[in-house]
This record gives sequence, structure tokens and C-alpha cells, in this order.
Amino acid sequence: MSQSVEERTRIKSERYESGVIPYAKMGYWDADYVVKDTDVLALFRITPQPGVDPVEAAAAVAGESSTATWTVVWTDLLTACDIYRAKAYRVDPVPGSSDQYFAYIAYELDLFEEGSLANLTASIIGNVFGFKAVKALRLEDMRMPVAFLKTFQGPATGVVVERERLNCFGRPLLGATVKPKLGLSGRNYGRVLYEGLKGGLDFLKDDENINSQPFMRWRERFLYAMEGVNRAQASSGEVKGHYLNVTASTMEDMYERAEYSKEVGSIISMIDLVIGYTAIQTISKWARKNDQIMHLHRAGNSTYARQKNHGINFRVICKWMRMAGVDHIHSGTVVGKLEGDPLMVKGFYNTLLDVKTEINLPQGLFFAQDWASLRKCLPVASGGIHCGQMHQLVNYLGDDVVLQFGGGTIGHPDGIQAGATANRVALESMLMARNEGRNYIEEGPQILRDAAKTCGPLQTALDLWKDISFNYTSTDTADFVETTTANV
Amino acid sequence: MRLTQGAFSFLPDLTDEQIKKQVEYAISKGYAIGIEYTDDPHPRNSYWDMWGLPLFDVKDPAAAMYELASCRKAKPNVYVKISGFDNTIGTESCAMAFIAQRPANEPGFRLERQETQGRFIRYTLSPYATEKPEGERY
Repeated sequence: MSQSVEERTRIKSERYESGVIPYAKMGYWDADYVVKDTDVLALFRITPQPGVDPVEAAAAVAGESSTATWTVVWTDLLTACDIYRAKAYRVDPVPGSSDQYFAYIAYELDLFEEGSLANLTASIIGNVFGFKAVKALRLEDMRMPVAFLKTFQGPATGVVVERERLNCFGRPLLGATVKPKLGLSGRNYGRVLYEGLKGGLDFLKDDENINSQPFMRWRERFLYAMEGVNRAQASSGEVKGHYLNVTASTMEDMYERAEYSKEVGSIISMIDLVIGYTAIQTISKWARKNDQIMHLHRAGNSTYARQKNHGINFRVICKWMRMAGVDHIHSGTVVGKLEGDPLMVKGFYNTLLDVKTEINLPQGLFFAQDWASLRKCLPVASGGIHCGQMHQLVNYLGDDVVLQFGGGTIGHPDGIQAGATANRVALESMLMARNEGRNYIEEGPQILRDAAKTCGPLQTALDLWKDISFNYTSTDTADFVETTTANV
Repeated sequence: MRLTQGAFSFLPDLTDEQIKKQVEYAISKGYAIGIEYTDDPHPRNSYWDMWGLPLFDVKDPAAAMYELASCRKAKPNVYVKISGFDNTIGTESCAMAFIAQRPANEPGFRLERQETQGRFIRYTLSPYATEKPEGERY
């Protein structure tokens, strides 16, 4: 025994020899891995650096988003490390692309804290997105096991109960965002709200960046908003609401605003996505405890959701937000001014509304998902839509959606009430025609013209916006190859 | 004032032919048709009186239309609505509802403002009709 103690006790196993070995060899790649029902699954779109083997890149993503670091560490042996290692188990070239790959990765459930979106995302979209070995990385979809979902509250109110509270069944809800979004005083703001609600909308809405600025402090807005809401309820006999944005700089401020929203009698409050996952989960729990519907404006999402090769697909955000517990989320219009391929948007809506989701590659749904009785989250369609598109909106978006016409209500030449009425009449006439079995998609424009015969405001709106459409190519589209056989 | 609860209140009142088509749609979706009436149109009046049980096993729209006619005959000057109940998993709630009869005169709602502390106002909504006892309102 001439060796030193360090030499004698050095680990001899090839796997744990100190140094740098490929991630795939470290155990983060297992082509034969059998997915467990309790695994969290993720699908990444990986663009490896030139010369990096796609399997090694997938293994590296699995490693960096779970237990690995850049070099071998002997302390792995103090753990049941084979279990904690995420496993990339499948890598497919992205159809129609030369340098991108879809990588499927399975994560052991115990890697994640129960009920914590912050903990989940710190792994899945943590360090790994800055990893040098991949040129670009996009999280396309996730499958949450039932066991994990059961640790999340889910939507505070949910679509079904929201409809019961509003006493509104069998039609999309109608809304509008107050415009101009910045600059109005509280009293003038309430005027816009009252007119829109009285004209026939169910909801008015604060915009994402209206909080408590010098021109209108938040209490002013809340008080005048409720005057508008209550006046409109009295004039229609309907339950109405205004999303009071409680977004603020600290959680304490948000609680104060949310409490006041409840106190003044609002049925719904609102937050922005930029407040962060923990704040969203916190306010959603508050909402369930206080009988409030919680609306989420997806402010900021396009900074990471829009480009195809890097970031997070919005369907994952939908999934996370349903888990986090909001009741509404903006999720695209198809026909409006903001990004949205029809099939992709359908996939977002299904993610929010399904009891069980099936794999649907054209819609970008890579995994089947059992929602484990988490309530349904209501999609909101907002941004550049108008009543002349009603047949398309009903066709693409269905019944469970809030159709939000901001400019399409407030921009009406005869005033806000007229704009609201035009939207409501257009919606009701289209649903009636659909339910009657008419080919409303083809006959849509005629159905609207007929309805306008007894509704002047609708005629004016149709004349004004008849040529407005936003026909741009979507950047976020599905990549898949049609297969002739199912279940392969 | 026109009460605008329900899916089609911004359109001219539905004819029986139009109502029948909606009933057919509801039945085709597997919904149970319910007929309810009330003389208290408060928006948070969740429990209108039921004209019998929801028609869970009725697949013939004519039978639903017959019950609607009977309800109207017995309650000629109150609100009547038709609803479709969807008992499938994930919904188990009303899936459509629209007004199928209105009283001749709809007086609307009084909005009471109770001034409390500071600028805070407590609002109360009450239908003018409910100032009279049930059954004598319209």
C-alpha cells in the first residue's frame, strides 16, 4: 500500500470518475425509459450548437433542468441519484427544419415541491435556457401528473361557477377595455364603464397598465367604477362587473386593493402576468377565500412566447395559469390584431377548458392531459376584434370565452352604448342562427345585416368596420407530420 | 325597462317557431329542458319557480313546447324562461337559458344608495314589482 489515502479511496467507477463526461453518459438519456403516470413530462424544441449531437443536447437539457452540473460530483452517491435524474427519452427532428429537435424529458415527481409553480418553473425554465450548448431552446408543452395537479388549487371560481354567479348561460360573455387606457380621471373613467355596461356588455376592464397613477389614484377608480356597475345593473336587471386591476408594487399593496375591491362590492378583480408566479398563486388563493373572480391579463408574455425557436409556448403558460388558479386569461382571438394561428389558439382554449385533453399535434398538444377536476379557466379574446367578425369569432372560439371589444365598442361613432349594443345584438343573432342549424359561417355577413334591420347601432358598426381585418402570417404555428395511422 | 337576462334578450321577442328551434338544439346537445317562472326578476334571484321537473327524459321538442304553453296559460303575466341543463362531467350546470315570456309592463329596478363612511356607498338593487307581495306583482 504505497498509495496515499486519497488515491486509495478515489472512486473507481467510470461514471463517477472526476472530470467532464457527456450528459447522455451521465444517465440523463435513456431511450428505453418507460414513462410513469406520476412523471412530469416536458417537450422542448432544441436547437443544438453546430456540431453538438441532438441526443447529447437533449440529455444536457434534462441534466441542467434537474440534478446535473457541468462536471461529475461524488456527492451524487449520497442520494438515490438515478431516480432524481431527469431522463430525456425521445428525440425527433422537427419536421421541416434542419437544425431543430423535439426532445421529450421525464422528471420524477419528487423533484418538485407540492403546489408551487415557482419551484416547478425554477427547474424547468431555470438555468437551462441560458445553457451554451444549445443555441436556442423552447418549452413547447408539459404533461402534469394527476398526483401533482391535486396539490394545486386551480381557478378560484372557474367557468361554471362564474356563469352561475353572473346568471349567464349559453352565450360568450361580452367585455371591453376602457379607452384611452391612461389619462382619464376616476369620474370620467366610470362614465365609459357605465355606458358600455348599460349598452349590453357583461364586463368592462381596466387595462394592464392602469394601477394608481397621478391622473387617477386607485380608490377613485374603484369607487366610480362601482357607481357605473350598479347603475348599469339597475338599468338591465343583469349581473355586471368591472375587472379592477389590483396589480401593485408589493403584495401588501395588492392585498389592500383587492380587499377594497371586495368591499366596494366588485365581483371580479384583476392582475397582470408580470407580477410573477408566486404573487399570482397568492392572489388566486385570496380570490377563492373571498368569492372573487380573478382575471389575468397576460402582460409581458409575448416577450418569450412568440418566437418559435426560443422561449415558452403560450400553451404552457395557459397550463401553469390554470394550475396557479386564475379564472380568466387572455388567450388569443384568431382574427384580431394580435398573434394567433387558428389551430394554435384552439389548443390554448382546449388547455384552459378541457376536462381531459387528448394529443393533438395540429393544435400543438403533444401530451394527453387529465385535468384532475381542476376548474376551467375562461379564455378571453381581446385585441382588434369587431362585431363584423362575429361569425368567425363564434366559430373559432365557441361559447366559453369573453369576447372583448375595446376599440370595437368605444370607437362606435354613436357612442359607447351604441357600440356595446351592436356587439350584443351581433352575438345573440349569430348564436341564434347557429343553434337553429344554419350555416352561420357562410351566411354570417347576411345574418348580421338582417339583425341590423332592427338595430341601427349594428348597421352603423358594420358600415364602419366592414373592411378591417388583420391578415398577417402567424409566427407560432404547429410543426408536425400527418400520420395515416392513429395511436402509433 | 326591458329585462335583458338570458341569451337572446337583445333581439326581438322570440316567436314560438324560434323557441322550438332552440329547444331542438338543446335536446340535440343532450340538455334537459327546464321551464321556470317568476315575478321577482332580481338578477340574483337564483331560484325561479320550476314548472315541474326538468325534462330529463324528454327527447321530443313538442312535449317541451306543450309544457311551455301550459306554463304560460297558468302564469300569463310573469317572466318565463327556458333553460338547458347539461349534466356531463365538468359542467353539471345550466348550459343555456333565455326568456320565453315577459309581463306586459316591466317597471325595472330601484337603485338605493346608502351613504356610509366617507365616500363609500352601499348599493342595493330592488325590482319595483317586488314592492307588492308575491302573486300580485304584475
